[in-house]
Amino acid sequence: MSEKNKNKSSFFFISKNSEPIFSKKNRQLLTDPLDDNNPITVQVLGICSALAITVQLKPAIVMTMSVIFVMASSNVIISLLRNLIPNRIRIIVFLVVISSLVALVDEVLRAYAYDVSKELSIFIGLIVTNCIVMGRLEAFALGNGVWKSFLDGIGNAFGYGFILILVAFFRELLGSGKLMGVQVIPDFIYEMGYEDNGLMLLSPMALITVGLIIWVQRSRNTKLIEEN
Amino acid sequence: MNRDSNLYTFLFIGLLIVGIASILTFTARTLKPLQDENVRNEKMQNILSTVGVNVNREEAESYYNKFIIQELSLKLDGSINESLNPFSEIDLVKELKKDYNNQHFPLYVAEIDSKQFYIIELRGFGLWDAIWGYISFESDFNTIKGASFDHKGETAGLGAEITQDWFKKSFEQEKIFNDSGDFVGITVLKGNNDPGNTDKNDHEVDAISGSTITGDGVTNMIYERIKNYIPFINKMNQSVVMN
Repeated sequence: MSEKNKNKSSFFFISKNSEPIFSKKNRQLLTDPLDDNNPITVQVLGICSALAITVQLKPAIVMTMSVIFVMASSNVIISLLRNLIPNRIRIIVFLVVISSLVALVDEVLRAYAYDVSKELSIFIGLIVTNCIVMGRLEAFALGNGVWKSFLDGIGNAFGYGFILILVAFFRELLGSGKLMGVQVIPDFIYEMGYEDNGLMLLSPMALITVGLIIWVQRSRNTKLIEEN
Repeated sequence: MNRDSNLYTFLFIGLLIVGIASILTFTARTLKPLQDENVRNEKMQNILSTVGVNVNREEAESYYNKFIIQELSLKLDGSINESLNPFSEIDLVKELKKDYNNQHFPLYVAEIDSKQFYIIELRGFGLWDAIWGYISFESDFNTIKGASFDHKGETAGLGAEITQDWFKKSFEQEKIFNDSGDFVGITVLKGNNDPGNTDKNDHEVDAISGSTITGDGVTNMIYERIKNYIPFINKMNQSVVMN
């Protein structure tokens, strides 16, 4: 049997016995980034946007949705092109793909969610430089199939967004006594002398909140504790 | 084809870019009307907010048509250019780049409860980038009815505070002409010993701590823009006196 035929049959063999869509491995692609391999708390990527847009819940949620869209689509596109992309210019290709997806998100937000787009303006643009997106393309999508890359993109974007929303929840609650712009701390508590903590609205508190989340995460997830 | 050859690389990136450019152009063209609509409504919303009418963006147009009774394009000598629609045809950014003598200045006249208000568009520079806004006057064209400010990139928590209600409120009832009738504008001043802005005849409002340059930008913006309306105001006052 010639070399070519051998390859063909083995390729055919794999596709015939392909793993189920939600095999254990594939599920892990989705769940790993939520905890064990979280982009923010474990890999410490994407911190910049976690500081900047977590003052209120709403922008954090919109940012999460935008990142989910950008990561899933860019992972799929790069995975589709992975056998065509010239190796020497792969980073440029990543950038072109990510930035055009980001431009798409920006245009759509400006048409359908104008207030949010004004609030997020430069941060939407900064998704381009979000290290998580670039990192997943280089480390995962370039070497894996479309479906796996899609799951990996969704998983990592959720892992990022989950922390973003968690931080925004505490900052909005403690900083302005509201959630999604609606007051949740009743008036009588203010009358008793409670005051919103203005410090929560400033960026350093986002870093401290992320730090606290990492602390909680490491205290219950023993896999993350480094051996000394 | 060899994936590492120069020809392949050029072909690949060329095709990719043409493809992506067409997709982006198509989206931008399709969504443009919706985006323009948002910008237009926001402008109406801002204009209305200076005369105390706060509406959401969807309702802005109907309220605008109800309350704004005149839109004027003023020339430098105070005469009115009838052929120019100030709302849609004067873009202050481009206007200020024109030769000074050919500039036009938009003036909106609102009527609420049979009281007239004059609204002027502002544009200037803060610390980092452009600042802009609207300021409205009562029928004497001297006492400020309200103001609204916005900015592109002032420091959050410092300069960006000019958009806050308490800062805008401090302009209300201030006057831009002094007792002898000279134009002085409004100065954003630190340490004017009047933090509550109770003195409405000092032509000053209290500055925001840590945003001196943005504050100076607001001072300049108000002076530079309103200055161009002086001929019109004088004409208006004269005709009142003569009557």
